[in-house]
Amino acid sequence: MDGADGVAGALAGQGYLADRALATAVHLARTLRLPLLLEGEAGVGKTEVARALAAATGAELVRLQCHEGIDVHHALYDWDHARQLLAVRAEQDVDLWSERFLLERPLLRALRASDDGPVVLLVDEVDRADDAFEAFLLELLSDHAVSIPELGTVRAAQPPTVILTSNRTRELHDALKRRCLYHWIDYPTPERELEVVRVRAPEVADEVAQRVCAAVARLRGEELYKLPGVGETIAWARALGALGPDATPDDALGAVLKVREDLDRVRALGVLDGA
Amino acid sequence: MGPDGRVVALAGALRARGVRVGSGEVVTAVRALGVVDAGSRDDVRLALRAVLCGRPGDLPAFDAAFAEVFGAAVPDARIAPVDLGGGSTLALPRVAVPDAPPAPRTAGLEPVVVPAAFSDVELLHDKDFADYTDAERAAARTVLRELARRGPTRLGRRTRPSHGRGRPDPAATLRAALRTGGEPLRLPRRRRTPAPRALVLVLDVSGSMAPYARMLLQYAQAAAAARSRVEVFAFGTRLTRLTLELRSSRDPDRALERAAEAVDDWAGGTRIGASLGTLNREHGRRLGRGAVVVLLSDGWDRGEPELLAAEMARLRRSAHRVVWLNPLKATPGYAPLAAGMAAALPHADHFIPGHSLGSVAELAALLSGGLHTTPGGA
Repeated sequence: MDGADGVAGALAGQGYLADRALATAVHLARTLRLPLLLEGEAGVGKTEVARALAAATGAELVRLQCHEGIDVHHALYDWDHARQLLAVRAEQDVDLWSERFLLERPLLRALRASDDGPVVLLVDEVDRADDAFEAFLLELLSDHAVSIPELGTVRAAQPPTVILTSNRTRELHDALKRRCLYHWIDYPTPERELEVVRVRAPEVADEVAQRVCAAVARLRGEELYKLPGVGETIAWARALGALGPDATPDDALGAVLKVREDLDRVRALGVLDGA
Repeated sequence: MGPDGRVVALAGALRARGVRVGSGEVVTAVRALGVVDAGSRDDVRLALRAVLCGRPGDLPAFDAAFAEVFGAAVPDARIAPVDLGGGSTLALPRVAVPDAPPAPRTAGLEPVVVPAAFSDVELLHDKDFADYTDAERAAARTVLRELARRGPTRLGRRTRPSHGRGRPDPAATLRAALRTGGEPLRLPRRRRTPAPRALVLVLDVSGSMAPYARMLLQYAQAAAAARSRVEVFAFGTRLTRLTLELRSSRDPDRALERAAEAVDDWAGGTRIGASLGTLNREHGRRLGRGAVVVLLSDGWDRGEPELLAAEMARLRRSAHRVVWLNPLKATPGYAPLAAGMAAALPHADHFIPGHSLGSVAELAALLSGGLHTTPGGA
């Protein structure tokens, strides 16, 4: 795939419709071998970018889901202590710090798998990790190598394409941001969202898809606690498709609004009247 | 001007607009230009944007800086410009996003409280902030800074070795067993360590509240500087996020000045319900689950009490604890009769005065250990 157009085309082949700005950012991440940090509201398809990119390039997708308190032993490697203990008791002269007791975690997997082919490393919801882990990640992303005290340095044969996502529950450290390309994924325009629904829910009648996208655009104009994401749009379209031609958008409102106050507000204000 | 010169000029224009651009990013930007169609204005724009921006708040500044350096857009027949108009105002928060955590504070810069000042401070303990002189405000500041170091904690996910309690530690068990011929005679354990809990301070800066808000803002600034996971908001008629302003400067006075500039309705009216609505909707993620939310207000709300009650209920459901500070509570015979206060109070876990150093000390004690006992309202 060549240039931003090539990236956009390849992602579209996997059912992901990227706009020009995102395609450019992905193209740069691949060409310059820089991590790409994706931010955006929940449900705009941040994680999906990595999946589609891996599928489009025939790369192995390695996913690291970040969580509070994540550390090197969750993310990179750990030792199988139970087996080590058994081995110590059963065998003589056993090398406890060798491959057979090593537990490979996603980051180590990403570095090693690059020996066999391209890798897309997805570091999901990096904002849920803490500063200490961010610093560690920064080191790994700079060198595409890590040193494991007992084993030595592990280096990627070819640096993986790295995509980080953040939900902005916490601001990331500037040093990490400086290392990364940045792209803010916005809610799609109604026209683009209609294309997305057509691609992702082809079974839904076009007339239904159009109504749903127009209705979602109305909802996003309201003061709601939780604005619907693209995933909700697709779910709504599918729900209405399944309910048949007599269904009104309100019949499946639970597919798109998940906060009771939002449901009440939308119904009280008649936001969807005539939608 | 060649492409490199233009990138440097663009970096300058961005810095002039408050966007942080390091020299490393300038180098990356020049590399990026090498791999896109340099003849396409839009490709160049999108590539530079991906490299030089780091937060949604940077994007408008980038568009302005780009237009300044590269000239206004000429209609490009090939590519429609990416529309950042309507949709982005929905998706982007209406205020800026937080900055990097503050640089570690250097020891030795703290003013030391000399005994004379200390006894002054003791005298100030119960004095109403509204009656302070400038000298007293200055003296109280050191105390506020000390109080602000204390804050809510919770058990984090990280662990440390412990004796007796906690979960078994396989790695340490193995190491201990190696010393005893492979027999695990000792079972070392690890327990979870405390981590800072998110603290959200929401200050009413309208008319009568201004003297209290100013003092609490000093407390907030010190808390934002000393602790991680602190967010500060101010409201009169609308909500303004101040975290960035309070953290952006190492100089506390400058930080307070910038925060004051950011709030444009000091001493205006009060719409507590609508402001809390903004907090719930636009900053709900930042509150996270499990934040302690501290509100400072006298509860004189010009909005509808029903709205305030609904937003308070929402806030309490997403927060760990809601603490309400009301300076009027110190007045003898005070009863929460104002419609706003009456509507909000059932949804507050703790209700304390907030008019003096003594009440801020009470707040600090509450935050650093007293939150577990919930009296349930006032």
